Amino acid sequence: MKMKSIHEKHSGRFGYLSDSAVLTMITAAVFVLLYIFAAAVFQKGFLKPQTFFNLLNANASLMILSCGMTVVMVAGGIDISVGGVSALVTMCCAVWLDHHGGSFTGAVLIALGIGLAFGLVQGFLVAYLEIQPFIITLAGMFFARGMTTIVCDAPFNVQNEKFVRIRETRINVPFLGSYNKNGVFINAYVETGVIIALLTAAVLFFVLKWTRTGRAFYAVGGNRQSALMLGINVKRTVFISHVICGLLAGIGGFVCFMHVGSGSAANASGAEMNAIASAIIGGTNLAGGAGNIIGTLLGTLTLALMQNIVSSAGLDQAWWTGITIAVMLCIFLILQSVIIAMRKKLK
Amino acid sequence: MKENTILEMRGISRSFLSVKALQNVDFTLRKGEIMALMGENGAGKSTLIKILTGVYTKDSGEIYLEGRSCPVEISSPQMAQELGISTVYQEIPLCPNLSVAENIYAGRRRKGLISWRRMNEKAKKLLTSLGIPASPVQPLGSCSVAVQQMIAIARAVDMECSILVLDEPTSSLDEKETERLFELMRQLKAKGTGIIFVTHFLDQVYEVCDRVTVLRDGRLTGEYSVSDITKVQLVAEMLGRELSEAPVTAAAEEKPVGDVLYHGVNIRSSENIAPFELTVHKGEISGFAGLLGSGRSECVRAVFGADKVTGGTVNMGGKAVTIRKPSDAIKQGIAYLSEDRKAEGIIGELSVRENIILALQVKKGFFRPFSKAEAEGFAAEYIKALGIKTASADTPVKELSGGNQQKVILARWLLTHPGYLILDEPTRGIDIGAKADIQRLVKKLADDGMSVTFISSELEEMLSICSRLFIMRDRKMVGELSGSQLSEDNIMKTIAGGERNGEGTQ
Amino acid sequence: MAKERSERNLLSFFSGRQFLIPLAALLALVLFNLIVDPEFFRVTYGRNSEGYPVLSGNLVSILDDGSELAILAIGMTLVTAASGGQDVSAGAVVAICGSVLLRVLCGTGVASGQLQAPIIAAFLVCCLAGILCGAFNGALVAFFRIQPMIATLILFTAGRSIAAWINNNELLRVTDSTFACFGGYIKGVPIPTPVFIAVICFAAVWALLRFTSLGLYVQSVGISEKTSRLNGLDPRIIKVGVFVIMGFCCAVAALIKVSRLSTINYSVIAKDIEMDAILAVALGGNPLSGGKFRMSSSILGAYVIQFLTTTLYKLDVQSDALSAYKAAAVILLVVLSAPAVREKLMKLLRSVTEQKSSADGGRI
Repeated sequence: MKMKSIHEKHSGRFGYLSDSAVLTMITAAVFVLLYIFAAAVFQKGFLKPQTFFNLLNANASLMILSCGMTVVMVAGGIDISVGGVSALVTMCCAVWLDHHGGSFTGAVLIALGIGLAFGLVQGFLVAYLEIQPFIITLAGMFFARGMTTIVCDAPFNVQNEKFVRIRETRINVPFLGSYNKNGVFINAYVETGVIIALLTAAVLFFVLKWTRTGRAFYAVGGNRQSALMLGINVKRTVFISHVICGLLAGIGGFVCFMHVGSGSAANASGAEMNAIASAIIGGTNLAGGAGNIIGTLLGTLTLALMQNIVSSAGLDQAWWTGITIAVMLCIFLILQSVIIAMRKKLK
Repeated sequence: MKENTILEMRGISRSFLSVKALQNVDFTLRKGEIMALMGENGAGKSTLIKILTGVYTKDSGEIYLEGRSCPVEISSPQMAQELGISTVYQEIPLCPNLSVAENIYAGRRRKGLISWRRMNEKAKKLLTSLGIPASPVQPLGSCSVAVQQMIAIARAVDMECSILVLDEPTSSLDEKETERLFELMRQLKAKGTGIIFVTHFLDQVYEVCDRVTVLRDGRLTGEYSVSDITKVQLVAEMLGRELSEAPVTAAAEEKPVGDVLYHGVNIRSSENIAPFELTVHKGEISGFAGLLGSGRSECVRAVFGADKVTGGTVNMGGKAVTIRKPSDAIKQGIAYLSEDRKAEGIIGELSVRENIILALQVKKGFFRPFSKAEAEGFAAEYIKALGIKTASADTPVKELSGGNQQKVILARWLLTHPGYLILDEPTRGIDIGAKADIQRLVKKLADDGMSVTFISSELEEMLSICSRLFIMRDRKMVGELSGSQLSEDNIMKTIAGGERNGEGTQ
Repeated sequence: MAKERSERNLLSFFSGRQFLIPLAALLALVLFNLIVDPEFFRVTYGRNSEGYPVLSGNLVSILDDGSELAILAIGMTLVTAASGGQDVSAGAVVAICGSVLLRVLCGTGVASGQLQAPIIAAFLVCCLAGILCGAFNGALVAFFRIQPMIATLILFTAGRSIAAWINNNELLRVTDSTFACFGGYIKGVPIPTPVFIAVICFAAVWALLRFTSLGLYVQSVGISEKTSRLNGLDPRIIKVGVFVIMGFCCAVAALIKVSRLSTINYSVIAKDIEMDAILAVALGGNPLSGGKFRMSSSILGAYVIQFLTTTLYKLDVQSDALSAYKAAAVILLVVLSAPAVREKLMKLLRSVTEQKSSADGGRI
């Protein structure tokens, strides 16, 4: 004879929000507050719309890398090769354009190809041979950075005409701008890379919310064994997550290339850690199963804004950026763990 | 294949390293039939099911499905689903971070993009038709375990399968929920679905099943119609033993009460139970009775310091002591066997030996590790004393069957020679043989002077062992029964409590 | 029947012996070098510029240069086992410790031939710095339940900046011959000192594992924290403990590194050494998700990585390009040791031997 159970308690409306959604809202709040703080303290610079758009311009590449990182983290893995792959892409494209007189389209294809190659190989090793992603992508990072030097051992600026033209294209943002000293209205602008970044983010947002594969990432990251029992092809899902991250590393590398205009092994140095930090600040969980694109974009912008504030405050040394990012990451991590613990208690 | 048969498994064998989990097993299922699959732990039920559902591959044998002349190879869970075999496992195979609706429809062949509105609507219809108290949009993790179980079953039901496998689905359901499940099963049976019901519960087999297949030690011992075999015969079949070793059901004799060993007053913990008082005597077996979720486990956990203790005074052997965390309790000679064997009992990858010596080692101290000889001695002693079936003392404990794992954990705590042993659901999910062994052991320990608290969801079990029962209702201790007061009636009355006019008094 | 038993033994031998993975890698490298250039293994006994006897040769430099990595591999193994994650801040913490060390030795000045403090005192302060960094990481992981890789990301990002800030971004230099011994040779002893320091560390960790229950506790906590707690352990203390040990290892590594150069370059010192240390742990066959571990395997793994680096240098590979070759070699090793691959190889082996035996059995 079994005992009867007592009534179930239904969770309130608030319980319907996922942890990730709550964290994203916090990031958004922090970003807005920081911006207001910056505008209040440093006035002139931050009140111009262009300052905001420069945040986008300078970090378009990072935004793309972070989105790719979000996908792979949601599925429960990690990819620390993205920075190296970006650097490799910049060098290969630079060499193609200037040393081999290649076409711009060719460069784009090379970038996509390299990113895809890394994604495919790493994805295969992780998903089908079941090797841990940390080791594989760590090796991938080493490999990419090493190959960059092998392809060409010295950094250089690209002179290719078409490239320079596209690079210097400015896309004006309608209605927004500011008046310069002579009273002339100068339109705020964004670079091509930003458009690419926003498009990529939109596509990924769509994939994560409305496609089966996108939802499969969440399932696999949430509980791998359950996902398997539910009939999801776990290996293929993990494989695709790495392919997407690799492809995005290629796209991000090309955008970085367009932004800096040169090929160099020092490009995107530390980008992988920045991408991880951006994703985390945006509410992505390294353990998997939680994360969203909007949060990641906000995370990237918050990171960038922090760097901007540091340099506006006159703390120009390269060292201070590291410390401020670290402090911010620390605060966000502690905040996340406190909030998650609190929500568990409320259930 | 005979008419009316929808599944025939012939000569199935499967080994894991050197252990033969299944040897030449046959299994047949007919249309519109509920077949019980029974056997002790280690009999191979779980392996057979996992082969049928594509989680494991078989080493040899053939599987025939209705309408197919060639044997099928089931190589993945997805393939099993496609063949019309739906499964609901004991460990709920759902993703807690996805919503309820998503979990119901995840991984199923659905071309194109996801329409959230349509999915949520369909889910809502399904949930209401089955009477499941959940909203399609809430994260699965925010539902209770019982509700999650029901959602898992809803999913299987929705998939229009021809074969439904239920692996111990009733372990965390109450009577009402179990009856609802049986109703569902009868509905499906009427539609022609074949249901395989893996279970330990004898009564449930006779309540809802048509036939029963019994496995023992990886072999098929027999397949019977439920009307052709009595309960007693079935138990004997499963044990392969004489009935005198079946579980004891006679009520325990009244014993003289020993000295007070533990006396806790006003104990409070962070787990939302009312402050309670507990007195435990030497050589006495006590138990906690109450509905699922009434706070029984939480009480003993507070005694052991497993949960965060927020208040109370404890006296042991006349002296005042502080017990705020497990190490305090262990020092005072209290031992606790958690109800969650997997997450709080065994340390899977470590060997049987290491699992056995762990608690005593911690008690002994960081700077005084046991020598290899000492550790081996302890392990050998308890493997023999408790009859633990294992290839060697170095085997990782996760490779043992559930019953033997439980014995290893018991060995661990017995090694610390506790004065007070707390057992929370020690016989849940293990075979009748091991169950009887543990019950016998507990009685012997009490005879030798140890105090034992025994919590079980099976009232008969507690009545047969305990001489004192603490009654819990809605997270409050509402009564205490001992000696001649111990009867099912009294217990139910105390749990229900209060007068007809609704005064819920203590 | 006997064949079946021996086959089973072979299988269990391979699947049970974790040590074989780095050993196999080592043998592959040794073989490679024997074929390419047997001179690789020559050890010469000569005299250095000051006239003292020293051993030199590739094998010596492998043991010498690999010392820091091996010491860090010790800490990394414990951290991985107990917390299920990796410490990516090791290089940055080495920078911090080295910075502190130089600061104490140089007192208030920038460079000196005269030490402003006894080396032992400087080393103790350096250890303190390492332990504090370790405690910081450990606290984030144990008390705030943050994943190790992420928690240590903080010091990874900020550590070198902090190291530079300690010394106001100045380049300190110490030109004391006693101090230089730690990274070089002790007068009259032909074996480089770092090798001795590494051996002392190995002995210390062996004693720690032998005379305390650290091994059992770390493995318990790494496999199941909840169960460990119910058995009387405090997983938080153990986790902080292993990170502190890691911090101490960083301090020792810093002593050696700074002593080698007698100065410090904040952005370059011990760069990427954490990655090498993690590789060493993985190469040693230890699961990166925590739980069981085998210290000797990790240490061997560290020297194998050093061997690989030295082999590549001898092949005239540029230091920047080095990482590409290292990565390729590591991927090869990891792939070969992956359980999925090993299973396939075992099946292949089994089918080959079965064919042979059935062919034999066919004959009367």
